[in-house]
Amino acid sequence: MEQGIVAREQIPVLIDIQGVRKVYPTQVGEVVALDGIDLRIRQGDIYGIIGMSGAGKSTLIRCINRLDAPTEGRILIDDRDILLMKRRELLKMRRSVAMIFQQFNLLMQRTVLGNICFPLEISGMPRAKALVRAHELLEIVSLQDKAKAYPAQLSGGQKQRVAIARALATEPRVLLCDEATSALDPLTTQSILALLQDINRRMGITIVIITHEMPVIRQICTRVAIIDDGRIAEKGDVSKVFAHPKTAAARRLFLGAQEEIPTGKRCVRIAFTDTDTYEPVVANMILACGVPVNILSGSIQRVAGQQRGQMLIELPDDPKGAQRALDYLATQNVTVEEVSGDVPE
Amino acid sequence: MFLNELWAALVSVWEALPGLWNLTIGGVWETLYITFASTAFAYILGIPLGIMLVVFRKDHLIPSPRTRSLLDVIVNILRSVPFLILMIAAIPLTRLVVGTSIGTTATIVPLVVASFPFVARTVESSLLEVDPGVIEAAQAMGANRFQIVCKVILREAVPGLVNGAALATTAILGYTAMAGAIGGGGLGAIAINYGYYRFRTDVLWFAIVELVLLVQGIQFVGTRVSRLLDHRQR
Repeated sequence: MEQGIVAREQIPVLIDIQGVRKVYPTQVGEVVALDGIDLRIRQGDIYGIIGMSGAGKSTLIRCINRLDAPTEGRILIDDRDILLMKRRELLKMRRSVAMIFQQFNLLMQRTVLGNICFPLEISGMPRAKALVRAHELLEIVSLQDKAKAYPAQLSGGQKQRVAIARALATEPRVLLCDEATSALDPLTTQSILALLQDINRRMGITIVIITHEMPVIRQICTRVAIIDDGRIAEKGDVSKVFAHPKTAAARRLFLGAQEEIPTGKRCVRIAFTDTDTYEPVVANMILACGVPVNILSGSIQRVAGQQRGQMLIELPDDPKGAQRALDYLATQNVTVEEVSGDVPE
Repeated sequence: MFLNELWAALVSVWEALPGLWNLTIGGVWETLYITFASTAFAYILGIPLGIMLVVFRKDHLIPSPRTRSLLDVIVNILRSVPFLILMIAAIPLTRLVVGTSIGTTATIVPLVVASFPFVARTVESSLLEVDPGVIEAAQAMGANRFQIVCKVILREAVPGLVNGAALATTAILGYTAMAGAIGGGGLGAIAINYGYYRFRTDVLWFAIVELVLLVQGIQFVGTRVSRLLDHRQR
């Protein structure tokens, strides 16, 4: 982990988002969709941007290829400000920043092959060459047998594979995924995420994923930014942010909205990783301190290849007992954070 | 008794058919010529106009709401003038284009003037059916506006455009009959001249049957072709 952080500074920044604001004028006044977003996405990242619906994540990803123009701020791709680009440059830039969508957005009147050839066709590649490339891409997404099929004959997962092949046709450096798995069932989501990870590793394509689904971030992202009400609430390494969510927005996303801390009670949040998951920490604490505790919630999730556990426990009302429990936990190999009932939500 | 009379009637109709056919066949060809030529010219004007009515919308490819509302008003004005009046009003234009205001070819001019706004509307509604997400995907791929119109919007709308074309062709066929009443050619002229002025009810009915069959045929072909070209299902 530590050496990963050192190396990270040396990886070139591919997408640099600086102070991006997006304001929509409406009849009832201005709506601020993005309010000062700063993000640095480095080459080879699988960068997850997560937030509740309406948080502004969709607007943000559309700013990265300028389908939507920010009101203020700068977006640099490869050190070039895309907001200053002329139309021709912009169209050229979009060939290296591909995008896939929740609803796949395939051309319904073209076959699978025709869809994959489309971006090559508009970039002026000769048809014969485009067909060769399209067949290669079909192999990458394992849909060789569907070349002549029309999108209407495919399942959701197959459609998204076609969309991915189409996005990869122009050999982009970045792949933007706009809720790409939100219309798919969990099993198909897994296979699409595995494909994206494979593409990232084999071709070195930087991937930006926006989603409202935690499992997507957990499964493949290396970095995460939590967007809440048009601002970045928290960002960093996925494993770090998961282990120590600092903000209410992060906790809400990671732990689920159902978590409620009873007012006036002293509670602690314990976070642990696989090395200590096997030790019955809480049971040991009860035995060692002789105090009863109430387990309010707990979960174990696999994050970036590591088991991560969270547990929220309510300390006994007796201050001495509570102190003993805290002292005991401090000696254990777990992260302890005291939270009180009036935690800002 | 009754059966005998019915049989006799059927025989006389049967015997009259070749005569009626010979009398009207020229009209059938004229009607087809006027209809298809007018439809073709109406589409030459209507497709660009329909495209403009779509892409100039404020959330579309080339937002220019003012130009669009101007076009919208023009289309509405042209569509609200009754065909018979428009045809008379168009006589100077017809003379200018064709050289005369009577006859088969002269009918085409007012028909085109009357039908291209309607065609533009059917084109507009077909193009609006194209999923905006697909247009956005093409934009994200770096397609320019011309490519998006030709390769995405028009291409994706083909089944709807074909259906609309069948609708427009049959509507124009209906108009040709009216044009026949005031000096145009075709089946309409025959129906009026024989059926109305000379009391030949048989000719009138025969012409009506032929018109019905033409409309059926065009509609049938249109629906079939549209279904054949539509890959959204199956």
